Formats: sequence, structure tokens, C-alpha cells
Amino acid sequence: MQVPLLFLTVFVIATCGLAYELVAGTVASYLLGDSVTQFSTAIGLYLFALGVGAYLSRFLERNLVARFVDIELAVALLGGCSAAILMLAFAHSSWFRPVLYGTILGTGTLVGLEVPLLLRILRERMEFKELVARVLTVDYIGSLAASLLFPLLLLPRLGLVRTALAFGLANALVALWSTWLLGEQLRRPGPLRARCAMVLMVLLAGLIMADRLTALAEEGLYGDEVVWARSSPYQRIVLTRNRSGFQLFLNGSLQFSSADEYRYHEALVHPGVLAAWRALGRPPARALVLGGGDGLAVRELLRYDSLREVTLVDLDPAVTQLASSHPLLREQNGGALSSPRVRVINDDAMHWLDEAVRRSSSSFELVVADFPDPSSFAVGKLYTTRFYRLVRRVLVPGGVLVVQSTSPLFARQSFWCIVQTLRAAGLAVRPYHALVPSFGEWGFALAQRADDAPPPPPARPALPPGLRYLDERSLEALFVFPPDMAEVPVQPNRLNNQVLVSYYEREWKRWN
Amino acid sequence: MELTRRQWLLSALALAGCPAAPALPAGLRGGIVGPSDLRGHQVRRRHSLPAPSLRWRTEVAILGGGISGLSAAWALRRAGLEDLLVLELEDAPGGTSGWAPGPVSPRPWGAHYLPVPSQHQRAVCTLLSELGVLQGFDAAGRAICAEEALCRAPQERIFYKGRWYEGLYLRAGASAEDLRQLDRFHAEVGRWVRARGTGGQRVFTLPSALGDRQAASELDRMTFADWLRGLGLTSSRLRFYADYACRDDFGLPASATSAWAGVHYFAARLLHPDDRPPEVLTWPEGNGWLVQQLAHPLGDRLRTGCVVLQVHPLVEAREGAEVVFLHGEQTGRLRARHVIFALPAFLRRHLLPPAHAAPAWLEAFQYSPWLVANLTLRNLPVPPGTRSPVPGFPLCWDNVLVDSPSLGYVVATHQREPPPPPDGVPRSAWTWYLPLGEGHPAEQRARLLQTPWQSWVRLLLQDLGRAEPDLAARLERVDLYRWGHAMVRPVPGLFTSGVLERAAAPLGPIHFAHTDLAGMALFEEAQHAGVRAAEAVMAARGHPFEALSS
Ligand SMILES: Cc1cc2nc3c(=O)[nH]c(=O)nc-3n(C[C@H](O)[C@H](O)[C@H](O)COP(=O)(O)OP(=O)(O)OC[C@H]3O[C@@H](n4cnc5c(N)ncnc54)[C@H](O)[C@@H]3O)c2cc1C
Repeated sequence: MQVPLLFLTVFVIATCGLAYELVAGTVASYLLGDSVTQFSTAIGLYLFALGVGAYLSRFLERNLVARFVDIELAVALLGGCSAAILMLAFAHSSWFRPVLYGTILGTGTLVGLEVPLLLRILRERMEFKELVARVLTVDYIGSLAASLLFPLLLLPRLGLVRTALAFGLANALVALWSTWLLGEQLRRPGPLRARCAMVLMVLLAGLIMADRLTALAEEGLYGDEVVWARSSPYQRIVLTRNRSGFQLFLNGSLQFSSADEYRYHEALVHPGVLAAWRALGRPPARALVLGGGDGLAVRELLRYDSLREVTLVDLDPAVTQLASSHPLLREQNGGALSSPRVRVINDDAMHWLDEAVRRSSSSFELVVADFPDPSSFAVGKLYTTRFYRLVRRVLVPGGVLVVQSTSPLFARQSFWCIVQTLRAAGLAVRPYHALVPSFGEWGFALAQRADDAPPPPPARPALPPGLRYLDERSLEALFVFPPDMAEVPVQPNRLNNQVLVSYYEREWKRWN
Repeated sequence: MELTRRQWLLSALALAGCPAAPALPAGLRGGIVGPSDLRGHQVRRRHSLPAPSLRWRTEVAILGGGISGLSAAWALRRAGLEDLLVLELEDAPGGTSGWAPGPVSPRPWGAHYLPVPSQHQRAVCTLLSELGVLQGFDAAGRAICAEEALCRAPQERIFYKGRWYEGLYLRAGASAEDLRQLDRFHAEVGRWVRARGTGGQRVFTLPSALGDRQAASELDRMTFADWLRGLGLTSSRLRFYADYACRDDFGLPASATSAWAGVHYFAARLLHPDDRPPEVLTWPEGNGWLVQQLAHPLGDRLRTGCVVLQVHPLVEAREGAEVVFLHGEQTGRLRARHVIFALPAFLRRHLLPPAHAAPAWLEAFQYSPWLVANLTLRNLPVPPGTRSPVPGFPLCWDNVLVDSPSLGYVVATHQREPPPPPDGVPRSAWTWYLPLGEGHPAEQRARLLQTPWQSWVRLLLQDLGRAEPDLAARLERVDLYRWGHAMVRPVPGLFTSGVLERAAAPLGPIHFAHTDLAGMALFEEAQHAGVRAAEAVMAARGHPFEALSS
């Protein structure tokens, strides 16, 4: 038996042992927050379990090599699947903490058994002081390797579930290889090797299906089948499907449901187009969509032949790519993003507007702001006086801005805060609302650059054919607010206070 | 096995709070980028100079292109006095308000914010209104500023025991006694906001020279920490809050800062006792934005890469003064009718003629070194299962850690969106500030210069890693700037012993301007010193001007 190869075994074991622990700590701090507490608890428990394992090793008397291989396999399975197990547990059960601590204790105990056993197996072959020194040194180096590989290479490249599985695979390979390396002490290696093969296959299958596993975990969170999911540096994008159709979620919040999005998007787009038409005395020709990377607002705009140029600015290339390439989305938006009339730009809307104003390079007759709700400061900035002043400067006189403005019923202050902010930016505002079953009662604000607009020639704006929700009469009804959604006094939202984010958080907390 | 692994894990834990950061991430780039120490040390080289090959002449020579020097030039030009030259040692102006372009966003190397002024701060208000930042005043006299220049929300958060909280005073878990002491503290500060000096002026104001320093001389006899203790203010949260303020503004712990300066920090900017501290103006490159606005109109009247070596009045003072400088390998002589010495006070020792180089009071000016690190980080994919809102208070402009030697970090990308990343990987730019204010300045300066880049980065990872577990995985670049004499130390005695007045007195045609003259390093003070020196020059020439410094 070659001694250096044996130390390679110890190295791999040590690397894997530490990696499982980092995985557990990371999952816990991702999912539970409060990273320092989560990490310390995970480490403490793990150390304790190592001790338990070491103690238990004294009860293993015979067939040490076979037991060692079995333990390796058990570690490979439990550790390798730990990330997947934890994510599934988080999504599907209320027992996440017990499962978390159980997994840590289990893995730790098994890892704690490894080195004492190995020392006993090798005792005969080397002088004891030499043996202890070398095994512990390599163990130490292995831990270092894991602590470097994990955050720098594996986690960013593979993600958590795959990283854990990869370490599991390494563990299982070591087990298999040990049946040869320590073969002379084994009476019947056959069944052992078969077990190794089985574990290897399970882990390999897991590796191949890692995305599916993550999706399964997310289905627990979303309640429906996940058909597509991806993480961009900006957000988690998840597409789900159920009997009524399919849904798009960004960071866990619903963007649209295919069953009733027509109500939302018709209400978002057409009142604005008609208002611009009336103000200009002709149908608008140049429109800008900010956010709305799903292409559904663009689909509504393209119903007007007059609109020659539609510019879409969305932050996340992952979303616009999904919208222009995924069959479900392409069908829903009618391939809007591939139209020759449409230009897609991936940029932060604030940055893009800032540049456009600085170069005075663009002007629009209609701007549609279709951002996610202002639930964070990062999105809240797109609902500020500063932002609307920038929009105002790319609007032609008489031009129109429409803003999706969250629910005037569930988040009444937030809705009127957006209206107030638009007014503070020097725009004339007409708020309206529509019922979208997936969302509830939903609000919009139509804001117009009313200053120095030349009196338009008379025009007779008309809705395009093919609409399912809006006609002349239902359009008028949108602008009527019943008392329970009527205006309340609020502050305008500015970049330096972002009051909207606190209104929004307070109001939605009541409903969730 | 358990033992070794246990030891290893525990040391990693002690090192970084979580086990991800004991070694430097592979592929991490960066280095020490400034200042130009070699050039700076030329000032000691009086002899062995090549014969002068450059001969320049100007009416007003301004030495130093920091805020004070640039402000002097601004004040002269506003009054129509255009014949001036600014000599600056570095290749770019700004000094301790300097900045650098960066791969993601421009970022500061020093000063990063300016509090919104009030109407009586004439020079600051005039400058800001010329720059289009100031749009008017509210009823109380506080300036109304352009939204895009005000620090965006959320502004500040604090990390304590594994979690971020909003604000700089840690309210979470504060006891009734803690809050009572906070109120008491504000009441004491309020008393000083109300206090009036012998001429009826405020005792504490900005610029501080317009207040009445002597009227608060009792404060200058003790440290800020002693002052708090004397009032029975022992709450650990309050002590942290006060200590952080001193380290942030002066680079000194409260236990070394004069109570005069500590109270000034909290009181000088409030318009009335119940006023809230003003909002701050900031830009991605910090006050470097103001530097650019001040420097740009100077064109080639700003001469960078010029190390001033000597200044001496010409025999007949009416002829002005002569400045010897080094520009690359060339020596130059600049004749000027007036000189504005906009350099730190300690440089007098090397630059002024022997008779004036070492007055006894010069010893009172001591300096704390600082280390500033600019970080480039890549943003990782958002993990599965993520739902907004995230636990803990989200990333702010200023992010502070309790129990840390550093001041935490400021996010340059907070204030303006970076352009879309060409490689699809969005990045952030952070600036980490480490004042070395404890102990003896010379020892700290030696530590600053001897510690290699790797060790600073390791310290940075240890410090921030406990609050930002994925820092090591995100970090791409760390650049360091070492300020040997970053800030004058506002120690007890400095403000009321007459030293500041003596340091501000002109020497024939040589006028002095620098934030040192206020005993505190602040934009408002540097600007005031520059404008005041410029006005003294104009008064000496009989040149008419609109007074902004009184
Ligand atoms: C890390 C740090 C953070 C700070 N943060 C803030 C903040 O947020 N807000 C704030 O208001 N203030 C801050 N300050 C204080 C800052 O010092 C002042 O705002 C202001 O920049 C001081 O300007 P100054 O002109 O008086 O001095 P300096 O900045 O010291 O200017 C002196 C200039 O002279 C040059 N020079 C030196 N020697 C020579 C020579 N021999 N020949 C020619 N030129 C020479 C230098 O290069 C420099 O440009 C900070 C300072 C530091 C160090």
C-alpha cells in the first residue's frame, strides 16, 4: 500500500468534512439571515458532533476497513445531499431548524468517526508519532483547501446544491478507491464496491438534476410547478405553472399571471396612449417603456400602427432574454420584443434617463413606467421626484407618463404617495384603477406635461381593435374612486427620504 | 483530529467571525497607489538642487491645490483677480479631498461629504449656488439643495451582534436609561447651540473662527470622553456614538479629543436646540466632485506635479516673495507679489526661512495618519428562495460596525447608478476608512508605512467579513491610499491657547490658509481659510471684493 496515496485520502476527507459545514452555515444564513449567529451555531454544533463521532469510534471493533468505507459512503450521501435536503425542508416543512441541526449533527458525527478509524487502520504500518503528525497535518491542509475553494470557486460557479453534491462525489470516490488501497485488509470487497457504485450513481443523478431539485424546493415556496428558474445578479427569476396558466415571479413577488394579465396591461397602456393622442392632436409615434422586460406592455403598444419606435429599458438581461426566447412568454407577448419597431436596452432606468437627459438625445410622447412595487430602496428610487423630473425632461410638451402605482386599496398611502410625487415633479396627474384578480384592485397614475403644450388640432382618439377588457365606457369608469380608495394626505417620495418604501412596507404587512 | 480542526475553526472564527476569510482570495488585485511619498519627501532636500531652469511670475502664488488653495483661487477669480498660479505636488488637485476614477465608479480617497449649510455660511452657500446645487433656503435658514446631490436613502446602518440596524445610534435593545442619557446628551448639546459669546455671536458655529472660542474654554481643558463622564453619561451605546463621531470626523478617539471639538461636532451645525443634524451632500467621488468644479476653471493656472521646496519673502517686502519648487527633474523659481500658503502647518518647518520655520507653538499641530481602501466587488447571483424584504436593514451609503477599529465603509455606487457592465457582471465600489488615531502619531505613521498591502487586506477582510460573509467571494480589487498626516488632531488646549490665531497671522506677503488653522479637518474650515487669505490679499492690494469670510 502506498503511503502518499493514503494521505491523499485524508486530504479529500478533510476537505469534504469542512465543506459540509460551510454548506450548512451558508444555507442557514441565506435562509434565516443573521449570518454570524447562524455560522457560529453551525460551527459549534459541528465541532461537538466531531467529538461525539470520535467517542463512538471506540465501539467499532472489527472489520475496520469495511466500516471505514461504509462511513465514507454515509458521509458522502448525507453531506452531499445536505444542501438539497435543507432547501427542500425550508420550503416544504415547518421543521427547518430541527432538520438543519439534525443534518449538522449527523454529518459531524460521521466525519468525527473517520480519522480515529483511519489512525487505527494505519497503526501497524507506521510509527505512531509519525502517523499522528502526518495525518493531522494533511487534515489541516485539507480544511484550508475547503475554506478557500468553497467561497472563491465553488459557491459562485456551482451554487450551493451542486457544491455539496460535488463534495459528496469526492467522498464516495475516496470510499471506492479505499477498497483497493486498503484491499488487503478486506475479506470481501465485492458488496462494498457495489454499495459505492450505488451511492455514486445517486449523487451523479443529483448533480444532473440539481436544477430540478432547486426547482422542487421553490415549488414549495410558490405552491405551483416551477417550469423555469434562474438567478441573475439582480434577482431570482421563477416561472411557475398551474391550471389557470403560468406566472412570473421576481424575488418571490408575482409580476403577472397569464390568466388575467390582459386586464393589467390594457389598463396600463391604453389610457395613456389616448391621452397623448388627444394632447398631440395625432396618435403618438415614439414611446418608452421603463421596466416591463416581460414585453407585455410593449405588446399592447404595438397594437397602434402609429407607434414607429418603442424603446424598452430593463435592468436585467436575464428577464428580457427570457421574454424574447422562452416559448411560453413569447406566445404571451406575441414576440413583441423581436419586432423591428422595438429596441431593447439593458440598463438601470435612472442611469439611462440621466444619460439621455445629459445628451438631450431622446424625446418621447409616451412613457410607461412598469416597475415592480416599491418594496425596497433599490426599486423605490424609481418612484421619486428626481426620477419623474428626469422623465419629464424626455417628454415632449403634452407628452404622457403612466406609472403602475400598486394597490390603492391595500396600500392606499403608497398609491397616493406616488400621485403626490408626480405632482411635486411638476406633472398634472389623473389617477385611475382597475380590477386584476391576481393582484386585486390595482392603481395607475396618468401624468402629463401640461406646461407650454401648444393647443392641439382636434382629434378623435380610438381604442385599437382586439381588446378584451377596455372599451369606451369601461375606460371612463376607471377614473372614479370610491371612498375607501380616496386620496389621503402623504409626503412626496424623494431620493433622500424614500418615504414610499416605509409606507409600502407598513401597509402590505397588514395584508400578508 | 478534533483538536486540530477545532483549533483551526476557532481561530478562523476569531479571525473573521465566519470561516470564509483566513487567507487572501486568489486572484485579488490591487496595491498601494498613493500618495507620492518620494515627491513629498523632496521638501527635506534644500541643498543639492539643480540650478533653476524654470522662471515663472504671477501676482498671487497659491501653494497647495487642496480645498483651501482652490478656494483661495475661487475667491480671487470671483473678484476678477485672474493673475494667479496654483502649485500642487500631486498629479491631480484635491489633497485630502482627492478622488480617483475607478472601473465601476469614481471614488473618494479622502473627504466624502459636506453637510447641507445654513444661510449664514456665506462662502459655502455662494459656492453651492454657483454650482447649481443650492436652490434656496427654508424658513429656518437651512439651504434647500438639489435632490441628486443629497445623500440618498437609506443613509446609515450599524452592525451589532450579527445584524444590521438603521441609523448610527443603536436604538435596538436600548434600555430606558440609555434613552434617558441620549436625551440628556442632546439637551447638553442644545445648551451650547443656544450659547452666545461676548459679541452676541454663537459660541459654536461654522466656520469656527466666527464663533467665540474662549466662551467655551472650560471644554478645551478636558477630553470629550471626560466631559461625558462628568455629566454621568456612561451608557455604552452613547459612548460608542460619541466615540464614533470623533473617530469619523477627527481620526481620534473621544478619549483624546478635546471636548471643545466634540461639542463643536454636535452643536455647530444645528440652527436651534431641537434642530436635527442637517442632511449631507455627497457624490460618488465624495468631495472630489467639488474639487473638480473648483479646479476646472483654473485651466493651466493649476500646475500639478510641482513640489514647493522653499518660500521666502524678498528683502523688501513690497516686492513680494519667491517660491522655489521642483517640477520633475527641473528646479523652478516663482516670483509673486503675494503668496497663499495653503499647505498643512507642519510643512512650515521645511519650507519657511529658518527664522520663521519653527516657532514654539508649531508643536501643537500633531497629525493622525489614516488608511483608505477602495474596494471593487462583483455582485453574485441572487440565491434561490430569495424573497424581499431581506432580514436586517439593507445596504446603506454609510455602513458602520460596532466594536471595529475601522469606520466601516461608504458605498460609492450608492449615489449614482454605474453604467451597464460590459461583461454582464454588475459591480459595486466601497471605500473603507481606517483612522490610526490611537497612541503616538509617529509610531502609527511607521506602522502605516511598514505594513504591506497583504496585511492591510487581511485586516480589512477580518473587519468587514463578519458583517459581509460573502465579501471574500465578491472582492476583485483593493487599492490603498496611506495618509501620513491625514488630519490635524483636535486635542485639549488647541482651541483656546491662542495657537490657532498665531498660525493664521500673515508673514509679510505670505498669507496662511489650511484647514489646520481651525484645528479640525473640514471642508467648511478649509474653504474659509482659503477665502479669508484671498480676501486679505485683495484688501492689501486695495482690490474691491464681496466679503464672504466674515
Ligand atoms: C480620510 C479623510 C476623510 C475626510 N473626510 C472628510 C469629509 O467627509 N468631510 C469633510 O468636510 N472633510 C473631510 N476630511 C477633511 C479634509 O481634510 C478637508 O475637507 C479638506 O480637504 C482640507 O483641505 P486643505 O486644502 O486644507 O488641506 P490638504 O487637503 O491637506 O491640501 C493641501 C494640498 O497641498 C499639497 N501639498 C503638500 N505639500 C506640498 C508641497 N510641498 N508642494 C506643493 N503642494 C503640496 C497636497 O498635495 C494637497 O493637495 C477628510 C480628510 C481625510 C484625510
